[in-house]
Amino acid sequence: MPRASLPNAVNEIEEVRIDTDILIIGAGNAGCFAAIEAKRQNPDLRVTLMEKAHIDRSGCLAGGMDAINTYIKKDRTIEDFVRWSRAQAGGLLREDLTISMAEVLNKPIEEWEEWGMPIKYEEDGEEYKTRGKWDITISGSEMKVILAEKTREYGCEVINRVVATNYLMDGEKVIGAIGFGVRDGKMYIIRAKATIIATGGAAGLYKPYQNDGNDSHHQLWYAPFNVGTGFALGIRQGAEMTTFEMRWCATRTKDFNGPIDTISVGYKTPMINCKGEQILKTHYAHLGGDAAPRFIRANAPMDEWREGRGPCYVDTTHMTPEQIYDMKYDYLNERPSYVLFLASRAQDLQKDPIEIYGSDPYIVGGHTASGYWVDVKRSTTLPGLYACGDVAGGTPNKFVGGCAAEGLLSAKAAVEYVAATELGSINEEQIAQEKERVYAPGFRQLVVGDGVTPREMEERLQRLMDEYAGGVHQFFRMNKEGLQYALRHLKIMKDQVKYLIASDLHELMEAHEIIDRLDVAEVLIHHLMYREETRWPGWQTRADFPEKNDQKFDCFVNSRYNPATGEVEMFTRPYEQIIPGDRLKA
Amino acid sequence: MPPVVYQEKCRGCGKCEEVCPGDLMELNEDKKAFCRSRRDCWDCMACVKACQYDALETRIPYQLGYYPARLIPKMKEKEIEWTCIDINGKVDKFLVKTYNK
Ligand SMILES: Cc1cc2nc3c(=O)[nH]c(=O)nc-3n(C[C@H](O)[C@H](O)[C@H](O)COP(=O)(O)OP(=O)(O)OC[C@H]3O[C@@H](n4cnc5c(N)ncnc54)[C@H](O)[C@@H]3O)c2cc1C
Ligand code: SF4
Ligand code: SF4
Repeated sequence: MPRASLPNAVNEIEEVRIDTDILIIGAGNAGCFAAIEAKRQNPDLRVTLMEKAHIDRSGCLAGGMDAINTYIKKDRTIEDFVRWSRAQAGGLLREDLTISMAEVLNKPIEEWEEWGMPIKYEEDGEEYKTRGKWDITISGSEMKVILAEKTREYGCEVINRVVATNYLMDGEKVIGAIGFGVRDGKMYIIRAKATIIATGGAAGLYKPYQNDGNDSHHQLWYAPFNVGTGFALGIRQGAEMTTFEMRWCATRTKDFNGPIDTISVGYKTPMINCKGEQILKTHYAHLGGDAAPRFIRANAPMDEWREGRGPCYVDTTHMTPEQIYDMKYDYLNERPSYVLFLASRAQDLQKDPIEIYGSDPYIVGGHTASGYWVDVKRSTTLPGLYACGDVAGGTPNKFVGGCAAEGLLSAKAAVEYVAATELGSINEEQIAQEKERVYAPGFRQLVVGDGVTPREMEERLQRLMDEYAGGVHQFFRMNKEGLQYALRHLKIMKDQVKYLIASDLHELMEAHEIIDRLDVAEVLIHHLMYREETRWPGWQTRADFPEKNDQKFDCFVNSRYNPATGEVEMFTRPYEQIIPGDRLKA
Repeated sequence: MPPVVYQEKCRGCGKCEEVCPGDLMELNEDKKAFCRSRRDCWDCMACVKACQYDALETRIPYQLGYYPARLIPKMKEKEIEWTCIDINGKVDKFLVKTYNK
């Protein structure tokens, strides 16, 4: 496909204007299910997807998946599921949201199978084979291609390679979105009666330890092309956000930074330290041992290192050759290059266990609870805007199935909303301003020819966050003074955005990726500063407030960026328990 | 982890460019594919799977893993035949199911 060059002046920018009923931003997992569901609810509606990459291989599912972490089997109940998820999250989640998600959780998974995705069955029966308590094993290498095909088949309109940059606003109301074509250079102004945001979470806020300067910058667990744009779009318009401080810092395979559940859950291999001690059973028995909540398990190997007992491993030395073969088969379905990585070390897993380490921190509402504050319909605090998947907050442990289920819920609500809504009116002043803002780095390159490249600013941000806001090099620990330092420098960088330069459309996309990350990072730091306690060690470790403070902080920490003042306002929302019982026990 | 392009095998079909989630694969003036930024590749292998001419191969950055390990997918209708060769030449084969119908 020939690529357009950057426009030379504002009046050279070509416009594409589209009116639609429902606009979905992000044709990933949740976005595709939302699109399909909207068409099912009302086939007469025009449903449009705006996708930064190409629907066939975009987002988290690009390389495939080998498991769906949440599926409710026959003998399990929604209450069991809420209790489990609640305990995993240290007792803090939106129970109303978790219940409504659980009610439709199995549907998208079963549909995927119907459409062609292989799921493993128990040898004796009709039930899916389970991998942990709630996980099922899939052969998901091509699951995104299958989903994309269905999305087209349902008659949804897909606009690939358009990067969303801001919501289209009619006063306080979201009436669509603006973006630019990273291949054709045009500005897309898509007006919709309802808008669903489904752009996934945020990677690349922090420096990963594999960042050797050249070839391994994107050696990340999370999809590196999901940069938190969906959060940034909402922040800029004053949407309420929740629980950013509950970061997703995970145990991953060392150096490769890849998923670990495949080995530890799939093949029940224990985590050990350099002395060969099973770390959860020994040093972390008082915190729950093998059944400890997710954040304890995630943080344990890093604590071992800090205590001088690293490196740590998952002990594969007791696996049989068949199990090792099966495990590699699973990886080929999810992160195939991990099998290549093992080959590049000629690693014999029966002799040489797999080393583990912490990842760089991510903001991912499908794992932890960060994201838009939504109601049970997945309606955000901005009228006309719904959120689903990794970008929506309040519901940790969604994973593949839960994100898809939220896609269904948000579509249902959007279809209802559309029935009583007319298209909003476009504010031409907003369009003019957005054109200047979006293409500015290109114009600066043309006129001044000197400034800051997106890469330089990205690396500056990642270093800052890593060192002062609890990155992996700091063993995820932080304090007030460090956070204040980070905030001070973030403000300088936000002011330096005017110096960004881009010499082609791809670099223009990179420029907006860093601009969006700055907005997300600022809100994140405010959340980290506000929670003066340590609720989830590893995910959120305040070295200056090492204890949990239930009196003050057994609640949600929320924020709202005030577009008029430029300030981030912080406040709390109470916890509402629906399912009785001890919130820390499954 | 950047894909290596075997120039003589590339037919310039543009499939890799079409699917790359990071917008990293492009065609040059001679209609040969290249990865515009090696460090930005996620090694998702979407491009490698999409190339029907075996012109692409994923490499582990040397900072992380040794030379010359190889992992080659052969796409079939309902499965992928993977061949993995480690740095000592040990070969592993896997037949991975992709479609259940
Ligand atoms: C490596 C890895 C392994 C995982 N393993 C498992 C597992 O085994 N089991 C499990 O259940 N879950 C797993 N997960 C989690 C799960 O895959 C995700 O939580 C879920 O799929 C996210 O769905 P989503 O729709 O929110 O995001 P995505 O599917 O990532 O979709 C986001 C979409 O938005 C697009 N987008 C982003 N920015 C823009 C923009 N500015 N404009 C337009 N479009 C944009 C992206 O290109 C993408 O298509 C894993 C995730 C990863 C990364
Ligand atoms: S491996 Fe994935 S990210 Fe890397 S160039 Fe290929 S398609 Fe793009
Ligand atoms: S898919 Fe293969 S043959 Fe086609 S352009 Fe890419 S590298 Fe060349």
